[in-house]
Amino acid sequence: MVNVFLGSNLQRFTHGVEEVEVNASSVKSLIAELDRRYPGIADALDPKFALAINGEVIANPGYEKISDGSEVRFLAPMQGG
Amino acid sequence: MTVAVEESPVKKSYKWVGTRPVRHDGLEKVNGKARFAADMTKPRMIHGHVLRSPLAHAKILSVDTTEAESMPGVKAVVTAADFPPPSKNEGFPHRSSNLIAREKVRYEGQVVAAVAATTRRQAKAAAAKIAVKYEELPHVLTVDEAMADGAPLLHENLITKGLDTTPKQASNIAKRDYFEQGDLEAGFAEADVVYEHEFTTKVVHQGYIEPHACVADTSKDGRSEIWCSSQGHFMVRSATAEMLGWETSQLKVIPAEIGGGFGGKTTIYLEPLAVKLSQKANRPVKIVMRREDVFKATGPTPGTKIRVKIGARKDGTLTAGKAWLAYESGAFPGSWGMLGGWCVFAPYDIPNVQIESFEVVVNKPVNIAYRAPSAPMAAFATETVIDQIAREIKMDPIELRLLNAVEEGDYNHSSMVGTFQRIGLKETLEAIRDHPNYKIPLGPNQGRGVATGFWFNIAQSSSATVNLTENGRAVVVTGSPDIGGSRVSMALMAAEELGIDVKFIQPVVGDTEAVGFTDVTEGSRTTFATGMAVVRACRELVTQLRERAAIMWDCSVEDVEWVDGKAHHSGNKESPLSLAEITAKAKKTGGPLNATGSLEAKGQGPAFSTQICDLEVDPETGKATILRYTTAQDAGTAIHPSYVEGQMQGGVAQGIGWALNEEYIHDKKGVMQNPGFLDYRIPVASDLPMIETVIVEVPNPKHPYGVRGVGEVGIVPPIPAIANAIHDATGLRLRDLPMSPVRVLEGLNQQNGVG
Repeated sequence: MVNVFLGSNLQRFTHGVEEVEVNASSVKSLIAELDRRYPGIADALDPKFALAINGEVIANPGYEKISDGSEVRFLAPMQGG
Repeated sequence: MTVAVEESPVKKSYKWVGTRPVRHDGLEKVNGKARFAADMTKPRMIHGHVLRSPLAHAKILSVDTTEAESMPGVKAVVTAADFPPPSKNEGFPHRSSNLIAREKVRYEGQVVAAVAATTRRQAKAAAAKIAVKYEELPHVLTVDEAMADGAPLLHENLITKGLDTTPKQASNIAKRDYFEQGDLEAGFAEADVVYEHEFTTKVVHQGYIEPHACVADTSKDGRSEIWCSSQGHFMVRSATAEMLGWETSQLKVIPAEIGGGFGGKTTIYLEPLAVKLSQKANRPVKIVMRREDVFKATGPTPGTKIRVKIGARKDGTLTAGKAWLAYESGAFPGSWGMLGGWCVFAPYDIPNVQIESFEVVVNKPVNIAYRAPSAPMAAFATETVIDQIAREIKMDPIELRLLNAVEEGDYNHSSMVGTFQRIGLKETLEAIRDHPNYKIPLGPNQGRGVATGFWFNIAQSSSATVNLTENGRAVVVTGSPDIGGSRVSMALMAAEELGIDVKFIQPVVGDTEAVGFTDVTEGSRTTFATGMAVVRACRELVTQLRERAAIMWDCSVEDVEWVDGKAHHSGNKESPLSLAEITAKAKKTGGPLNATGSLEAKGQGPAFSTQICDLEVDPETGKATILRYTTAQDAGTAIHPSYVEGQMQGGVAQGIGWALNEEYIHDKKGVMQNPGFLDYRIPVASDLPMIETVIVEVPNPKHPYGVRGVGEVGIVPPIPAIANAIHDATGLRLRDLPMSPVRVLEGLNQQNGVG
């Protein structure tokens, strides 16, 4: 299982729940499972969303593998100066 | 000073990495030969002038260019009608809408039209003849005004995102972000000391010395070449193509040298206008902003209002933190409030936290990144309250921070990354605690302030091509504009990999058709990510060099090792071959040697900086003079220590200006009153002492040389460090920026019961 943390902009799909457990082995399957459980959440993701997997930020995620027990956080697009 | 905390993950010592050669572009930069965008000229070139809104908020009723088009020398005029409507998923939100106003202008300085004429004077005169009819609307300039009930709306369809219930009414609040962790009420209940205060910061500009400039030359075949100053020419290509409705293959962008960016050149303002004017005029068109344009129409950093409440036990343990942050985003939504929320408590392990942040549109220029965007304002609030707690419980402010500092393995829910990997916050705190400057006795009216700061850094995509010449030299081509010494950093890493003298390596910034896609130079990412691309290319070249040596020796490649720039036969059956000896025979062994490296980098290490400021306050004028300034920052590994120090010092210098002097001043109509460096005062050399640096090296295990980003975090601590020093000197707690002599004097007079 993967622990997924959803920002407040996505919690309207989970009725305010911030942390959910999802059975997934990749970013692709994670999003598919989230969307199955919370219809519409995939479309609500910013087209340029980022992820942090176990503290490592991935600016352009898509097909990364996720190991069991990982902590995944959805992030808005990154900006820096 | 450099403090190496751990050995590098790769080698115990380096020959080139960590040395300080003169940068390859250094001579041209100091003798005036370096070519910036405004230096570019082309045969038959004409000049553009941009017509900007004089009003902060108005409907555009009509734009009539008839008279302007008949003016002497005029070759082309463009308005919003010349550009396709904004697409929903454009790469940078609202960039098209900001490029040129359509139904409304939303800030003073927004583009309404542009003219190209034979001379700049003719273009300016013609622009003045464009007849624009406006219906002026009420405006809002601060988060308080914009968030008030019944506030004038900038966007009639802007519905707040991130609320528990989606509102039915539009407002100026674009987005709300919310985090919570633990039990906030219980956390504050177990605290012995609780402080809560409100802080405000003003809009400030990045203040780069070079104004935005570009030259576009559009051919009749529908292709255009653009020379411009930016932090990312691939971004310029894609954004310009998007705003024109063109294919990226129609555009070639050639990077000019850049005279400062600090985040402000991570977007575009002029290029689509110049391309379209050039297309219409069938001539190359140059547009150069004036300083007034830069202030009024390019992205400053947000003004903010932030409330922070922190609780601690008498032993210094932080028990709870609550933050409410409202960030302006200028005339269109951004993500500045969210970034501030990520940073506000990031340095500390606080078990019970609640953070609520808002993104608020106002009638000011669209905000854009400025060195660790959003973090300095959040740190101003947190680090000031932390200082207050330290005084209340009579604990050294560094020891208090050390007690609560995050480290590897700590889980920080609000910091965005979640669980921290190897970081160097504690090491920067210890470096400052142990520095002699922390113990220098202070005199009358003098004070010392401490603060720390966090920034997460960015990785993204980078590409590099390395070509070996016939005589054993290397040309390293990357797609990253060099805004802080990255060319020489690339050369040093290539020298280390290839084993040749860094002076035999020529680092080049290639145009959009000369090197692979590369993201913007932002987020302190270039030495990290583009450096990884260079290392990849060099390692591929080393494989090729071994193969060529094997051909020359007629042996298996497995029998060839690459050591210190030479091929060695593992059985010592042959004399070593230098890189130059191998490239000299390249035509006989398979042809030229070159390799590319490209990647979507991951694993950038978060950056931390801790700083101490000593200053003296003149009780008669309120002027704060910086006496000493010391900054310790975790660089991971300093590839070229001089440029790491330069980044650290640059961030501090800008932070000092932000703290003490800089602010946008608007009149009641929303018109900026100080759009020039005489009235908008950035620090000059005589305002600053030598900023002393301590490079802390806690190598990032995810980079072949241990690099973290170094360009941004240095600007995070100065504001609270100075505020805390002013308090130490005077007893005044200043919570509104800038802490100018007028504000300090007001505070002192109040304190003394004067006036």
